[in-house]
Amino acid sequence: MEAVAFWEILKQRGLTFFSGVPDSTFQAAYDVMLSDPEIRYLPAVREDVALGVASAAYFVGRRGGVLMQNSGLGNLVNPLTSFSLMYRIPLLLVIGWRGYGGAPNDAPEHWIMGDKTPALLDLLDMPYAILEPEQPESGLDRLLESIEAKSVPGALLVRAGVIT
Amino acid sequence: MMARYEAIACILTHVDDADLVLSTTGMISREVFSTEDRPGNFYMLGSMGLLASLGLGLALLAPQRRVWVLDGDGSTLMSLGTLPLIATAGPPNLIHLILDNEAYESTGGQPSISASVDLAAVGQSCGYRHVDRVASLGELERTLAADPPEAGPRLILVKVAIAPVEGIPRVSHAPTAIRDRFVAHLHND
Repeated sequence: MEAVAFWEILKQRGLTFFSGVPDSTFQAAYDVMLSDPEIRYLPAVREDVALGVASAAYFVGRRGGVLMQNSGLGNLVNPLTSFSLMYRIPLLLVIGWRGYGGAPNDAPEHWIMGDKTPALLDLLDMPYAILEPEQPESGLDRLLESIEAKSVPGALLVRAGVIT
Repeated sequence: MMARYEAIACILTHVDDADLVLSTTGMISREVFSTEDRPGNFYMLGSMGLLASLGLGLALLAPQRRVWVLDGDGSTLMSLGTLPLIATAGPPNLIHLILDNEAYESTGGQPSISASVDLAAVGQSCGYRHVDRVASLGELERTLAADPPEAGPRLILVKVAIAPVEGIPRVSHAPTAIRDRFVAHLHND
């Protein structure tokens, strides 16, 4: 799917406040986002900092989002367990799924997390969906419903080549 | 040198009703809680180091509110990259106080490295608009009274002593109760 369409879907659902750390998986989406005046994005130094910044949206009645690579999930385990999940603060994590399927896909540093990403989210009882280019809205809407119903963060996993 | 709870009491006298006060993990939140437990307080019970990034997000999204971030030296050092991010984003309504006792007092007083790292100088080089360094109650009082707090982001390094408060209670509110009254406080204009 095209990056412009991806952002239109998120904006239609009120998601316009983001922070994050870049990933090549959605490089096109980054470029579109940075030139869109309706989206506010703060480039964070780490994924946990992005989570802190973006979670502020909840307190003013909005929903924030974090853009990141799945390698950064490791940096989120404590903020998720002792902040987001404990206070029950919803958030959308848009995660570039590097190393999808494990070795030999992608670079060696992505093999293990690429393989473990869904299991790690399951372990933390976090809802997630895989972005499917044919029907992007349906998966995302189920995910957003789950995020609201449980009042927790949820992850949208984006594989390489899905957003162009 | 002043005790940290004295510094916290002094800071809270400069807080207006509508202001947001965020306090970091451990004893600092417990001292704020036992000094003045107000709906506009957010106690960061876990996630050491996360506080300042949440404060930054709130300062950007609620620009009409003053946001007081009460950090420690350990929690500041744990996520030091947040400082240049705050300075770069530049919210004028953010006041970042680092209560620096050069120790991890909440876990038994083990030394941090802030005795040899000047966190005020770090803030200066990151680009905070105002940076102050105080080491006595008089200096703290004068600093808080002097500059208009809107001209931020401000960083105030407050050097304090290790002075545990005997029998200090834990924050007794449930995490979601802290969250909900903080949200209500924000919606209450």
